[in-house]
Amino acid sequence: MIERLVTPVAIVGGGIVGASAALALRRMGLAVVLLERDFCGSRSSGVNYGGVRRQGRPMAQLPLAERAHRIWARLPELIGIDGEYVRSGHLKLARSEEDLASLEAYRERAREHGLDLEIVAGHAFRARYPWLGQRALAGSLSPEDGHANPRLVSPAFARAAARLGADVREQTRVDEVAHDGRDFVLRCGDRLEVRARFLLNCAGAWAGAIAERFGEPVPMTSGHPNMAVTEPLPLFMDVNIGVEGGGIYGRQVARGNCVIGGGQGYGLDAERARPAREAIFALLVQAAELFPELRHAHVIRSWSGTEGYLPDRDPVIGFSTTTPGLVHAFGFAGAGFQIGPAVGEVLAELVRDGATPTPIAAFSITRFTGAERAAQPAAAAPR
Amino acid sequence: MTASIRPVVVGAGPAGVRAAQTLVAAGLRPVVVDEAPAWGGQIYRQQPPGFTRPKRALYGFEVTRAKAVHAAMAAIRDRVDYRPHTLVWNAEGERLDLLSDGRAATLTYTHLILATGATDRVLPFPGWTTPGVYTLGGAQVALKFQGCGIGRRVAFLGTGPLLYLVAYQYARAGAAVAAVLDTAPFTAKLQAAPGMLRLPAVFAKGLWYLAWLKARGIPVRSGVRPLQVEGEARATGLLWREGTRERRVACDAVAFGYGLRSETQLADLLGCRFAFDALDRAYLPVRDAAGRTSVPHVYVAGDGAGVMGADAAERAGERAALALLQDIGTAVDGARALHLERELGRIQGFRRALERAFPVPADWAANVPDDLVICRCEEVRAGELRAATREAGAREMNRLKALTRVGMGRCQGRMCGTAAAEILAQACDTAPEAVGRLRGQPPVKPLPVALARHVEPEEVGR
Ligand SMILES: Cc1cc2nc3c(=O)[nH]c(=O)nc-3n(C[C@H](O)[C@H](O)[C@H](O)COP(=O)(O)OP(=O)(O)OC[C@H]3O[C@@H](n4cnc5c(N)ncnc54)[C@H](O)[C@@H]3O)c2cc1C
Repeated sequence: MIERLVTPVAIVGGGIVGASAALALRRMGLAVVLLERDFCGSRSSGVNYGGVRRQGRPMAQLPLAERAHRIWARLPELIGIDGEYVRSGHLKLARSEEDLASLEAYRERAREHGLDLEIVAGHAFRARYPWLGQRALAGSLSPEDGHANPRLVSPAFARAAARLGADVREQTRVDEVAHDGRDFVLRCGDRLEVRARFLLNCAGAWAGAIAERFGEPVPMTSGHPNMAVTEPLPLFMDVNIGVEGGGIYGRQVARGNCVIGGGQGYGLDAERARPAREAIFALLVQAAELFPELRHAHVIRSWSGTEGYLPDRDPVIGFSTTTPGLVHAFGFAGAGFQIGPAVGEVLAELVRDGATPTPIAAFSITRFTGAERAAQPAAAAPR
Repeated sequence: MTASIRPVVVGAGPAGVRAAQTLVAAGLRPVVVDEAPAWGGQIYRQQPPGFTRPKRALYGFEVTRAKAVHAAMAAIRDRVDYRPHTLVWNAEGERLDLLSDGRAATLTYTHLILATGATDRVLPFPGWTTPGVYTLGGAQVALKFQGCGIGRRVAFLGTGPLLYLVAYQYARAGAAVAAVLDTAPFTAKLQAAPGMLRLPAVFAKGLWYLAWLKARGIPVRSGVRPLQVEGEARATGLLWREGTRERRVACDAVAFGYGLRSETQLADLLGCRFAFDALDRAYLPVRDAAGRTSVPHVYVAGDGAGVMGADAAERAGERAALALLQDIGTAVDGARALHLERELGRIQGFRRALERAFPVPADWAANVPDDLVICRCEEVRAGELRAATREAGAREMNRLKALTRVGMGRCQGRMCGTAAAEILAQACDTAPEAVGRLRGQPPVKPLPVALARHVEPEEVGR
């Protein structure tokens, strides 16, 4: 027999975005059902690199990233674990004068948004980071950025939401969504039907199908960042490393393993991804060059994930223009882990208040659909 | 027509050698890749150059078979592209990634026979990480390969035919065998005896080892439960329980194991379908009687396809090669193929009886103390696994791995995966098959970061 649920808010997707929305809604006292196809936090949110950084983001994302920064500081209080979150600092490296110039230019713009960055160069740079290879010439340090363990953090958001009363359904795939003029009707096989006034589309790289279903197709593609981890090594890398222009990033966890990422893997099927051998080789070459300590280390595991990318590399966050009560949050372009918790709060505010104090206009879906403005929310949500 | 066929055999143990031999006989030139420096596999492992112990001493009763397998490979040596010292660390889309002397290479194939063998099934007990404690297989390799034992006075523990065999080999090599402690009750062997008579010679051999050990006054016990390895810097003794009594022997080394588990990562990386095998208590690649997996042109043979022992491996290797030949349209001796399948069926029946004679202790998971390290690479304790189940709702192996790090270390779960699955199943009050299996991730074994500097261009042709 089919189980039927009626709820003010249904969320599709239990990644860090959907789960933190569920948590924020529960903290506001709103009832919510979260539907996750696999296990919460087992996709992008649980397999990502674990970088928790504001530095390097487009300016439009900085207010959201600042908001997230404050949430990350309260992690134990919010989700019950520290998730191995450390504010190690994030150092973005320059490998050329041009790189350095663009880091300096970024610093000027970021300052207007309250993000203070420090350029470290020359002698001071070598003295402070003696473990970096000679290719690195200088860097831009964001002292309060850092990293965390996504395997622990993302599932914990869902568990925290469940503890506060969210109805979290794992291994429950939403197969059909419709709007009957009043409510959304979601079907999960012949097991479950959920009716909801609000629908939060937090389905990650798979969110495009839901947007399209409601007449808002977006040009989203899937990407598969390549990741690898070494055996535990003596601690040397005391800051999360990125590189201007990309190519490689690295961090060392307290246990000693170095997590490195760079290049693209490939999709095994619609849901699973693998690292690509050429990309792994390229990554290892760069790793040995940038982190000489790794030259004698072994990689013990590699992996990838499936992430949604929109052409401008900004996400879609906000109300649908076609369907009242539908709210999108997807397309985080390999950078949604840090801002995820803030996006969750924003989504909860959109449901409760129809608006959010955090500027999100830049992320409207209308930039792809050409529609004029967002549809008004459904009637204020019942408490 | 065979010119475009490029078969690769991974593993040069009994299964791989017989597979290669069969392919060569049909006019193909297979590539044979093996991690070891010489052919023979685990059981017929050869000693390093310069070591001159006679084969008789190395292989005991198995000497005739060992010699035959070695000779078979020697005879085809110049008709195969043999790559010793070569690890296959990744497999995807008809290409294998190789690592040899720190160099990386890529090998393409049209047909692939995986004969990757097995390793010990490890069920930890208190003190198992003490220096001087080895697996039974590890203890045997030390002896066979390098002619050195793991200690002067060795206690043997666990269950399975290897328990008695390795104890015997150690005693023959001059080591003092402190005790042979079988966790299976003696009654299990009596009940299994009729089934084991399907292979009377093998059965007789087992009885012979037992009698030999007993005749030399070596304590042989059944139905024991290990309690503790004593010693800090080095094992000094082993404590166990027998009924209600606690017992102890002094020893400076312990070899333990509970049968074998198949090495299946490559089949997994290639996307072969897996199913739970009740006999092996493990997920294994689904295969037909000839060794065909669910992925076209990928075959499995020998212990890597399910633990059946060396004699079965030889037949399975040959059968898989015949299947390959059949699949490329080469005429094969159908009667031979059928005969091999029948033989394999017979050995399978014997295997079932063996499993009854040497059952994995059913109460193992329930009795593991919370502070026992299960995953030694990542130092994950049983209590953490149970807590992840209780507090975070983990009911599936990959979830357990994500939450606790079990199976995330150097061995990638090859050593601890079995034990973790047993503990998870017990904690969830379900069967091991319900908790799934760890997904394979490249590299199959640790990969040097520096290797990338030696990337060779992709190989083609012969
Ligand atoms: C390898 C990798 C490295 C990354 N590194 C970083 C980094 O260092 N820093 C950073 O900030 N970001 C990083 N990211 C990006 C970040 O992980 C993602 O942007 C973020 O996790 C997105 O969260 P999400 O909740 O939107 O997506 P997901 O975690 O993918 O969650 C979406 C969920 O929706 C579920 N779902 C989909 N369809 C359905 C359906 N029909 N029914 C039910 N459920 C459904 C999926 O199963 C999935 O769990 C990285 C991403 C990857 C892949």
